[in-house]
Amino acid sequence: MTWDDMQPLLWTATQETFQMVGIATLVTLLLGLPLGVLLVLTDQGGPLRNRVVNKVVGAIVNVGRSLPFVILLVALIPFTRWVVGTSIGWQAATVPLAVGAIPFYARLVESAVRGVDRGLVEAVHAMGGSTWSVVRKALLPEALPALVSALTTTVIALIGYSAMAGTVGGGGLGNLAITYGYMRFETNFMIVIVIELVLLVAAVQLVGDLAGRRLSHRGGPASLLARLRRA
Amino acid sequence: MITTKGLTKVYRAGDRQVTALDGVDLHVREGEVYGVVGTSGAGKSTLIRCVNMLERPSSGTVTVDGLDLTALPGGEHRAGRELREARRRIGMVFQHFNLLSSRTVQQNVELPLEITGLDRHARRRKAAELLDLVGLADKARSYPGQLSGGQKQRVGIARALAGDPKVLLSDEATSALDPETTRSILRLLRDLNQQLGLTVLLITHEMDVIKTVCDSAALMRGGRIVESGTLTDLLADERSELARELFPLSEFGTGRPDATVLEITFQGDSSGRPFVSQLARTYQIDVNILGAAVETVGGKLVGRMRVELSGSHRDNVVPIGYLREQGLQVDVLTNTVNGAVA
Repeated sequence: MTWDDMQPLLWTATQETFQMVGIATLVTLLLGLPLGVLLVLTDQGGPLRNRVVNKVVGAIVNVGRSLPFVILLVALIPFTRWVVGTSIGWQAATVPLAVGAIPFYARLVESAVRGVDRGLVEAVHAMGGSTWSVVRKALLPEALPALVSALTTTVIALIGYSAMAGTVGGGGLGNLAITYGYMRFETNFMIVIVIELVLLVAAVQLVGDLAGRRLSHRGGPASLLARLRRA
Repeated sequence: MITTKGLTKVYRAGDRQVTALDGVDLHVREGEVYGVVGTSGAGKSTLIRCVNMLERPSSGTVTVDGLDLTALPGGEHRAGRELREARRRIGMVFQHFNLLSSRTVQQNVELPLEITGLDRHARRRKAAELLDLVGLADKARSYPGQLSGGQKQRVGIARALAGDPKVLLSDEATSALDPETTRSILRLLRDLNQQLGLTVLLITHEMDVIKTVCDSAALMRGGRIVESGTLTDLLADERSELARELFPLSEFGTGRPDATVLEITFQGDSSGRPFVSQLARTYQIDVNILGAAVETVGGKLVGRMRVELSGSHRDNVVPIGYLREQGLQVDVLTNTVNGAVA
């Protein structure tokens, strides 16, 4: 297989991976974030403490996280068909991807939000803020660097999962690696795909780290340097 | 301005009960700086947090500026609308400042105004005004991570004042600061108290804080207020534990067993007069000074002195009367057999 043969295939598969991971990330963010915050708020000592809700949501998240992704992929076929109208192709893969990533991200969100100093929550309460103010003004902004790094981890996990989705005809780079690299013994092509995946993951990590650092204003070594430079 | 009646707070952990507050009656008058002092675990932190209902008392009432906060609806962790509105008129500063690291100094000060729903323009103007008041106008665009502890607390104070409160609660505001910074923050609190007529309730474990800024003080132990009153009254009371803490005289000599030992407390005007030499000259007696301390308490000069006059109490009735006529508080310490002062 020549590079000219690979290129169009790679291009289509990359687009599919981007679409799968992109949509799944969006859905994960939309549902995982509130779920993670809810876990903190309803916990003991939280402003909305509620044992039942906390335990139920916690149990759902735990079950979601412990199911192997391959099983999720198959088990969700009826649900997937109901949501996107098909059970094959990259569109179909987005559903199990999102379902698998939501509990994963929710746990990461929970620990990020839990990392916010309780004193800040108290300060917002003391100035007459509601629970919603606490979430919007204190918890989310203060946890933002950690939330971004959690999202980075989630996107990378999604890229990994998306390769697995390829095994059941989910499209994307994983699919390409299986059908050409593995089944047709095109080792060179497989190596190219693997390199692309490695670069993709490295790029996501880099962007995530940069964004996280930019958002963090804690007086760490970075700001110390900045201060020295200004002096 | 702040009144608590029979305030009790019991924490339950399983079947264990801990009584943090045990029937606290507190009365803070408008425009005064009131300090509650006590060791850690005495319940002072619980007390101040009950004043704005960050902790809901188990029983008793809290009235701030005529409003009974305990009557307002809402659980401990979820305040109702009325309570939230009441809290906006009560500023609070914290030991660890509790500033948002993701916001600039100015944005931190604007936070309570955002919660109140003030528009952007008014918020910015108010924040600039407040930062100017606490002397941090040039730090508006810095992040808390770039400030020193004292500067952070100034931001905390500016933020607490954003809602134009009548009452400021200070929860160990200077405990994380070095002595010099502590003094400058206390001076700021004092200035705000005088300029804005702000009523300040502070809790601390440092006697120095009480001595430097407070008009009145209360001593807490085991969830109860052991004694309270204005510093002037407390210092005039020889049995006052607080006064003894403010003026530790324990290392003073106790005098000879056959002599009369007096403890003289003087405040304000009388501290300016040379009464010891006047006494010695007028009655031709020897006055031996066993110990003395003069300090500024709440902006007023206050002193205590232990002196020894030769002869028994009966021999010294006239000189003692003279001292009392001078407006001095004189306590005669009776020497017991083993020489210790009772």
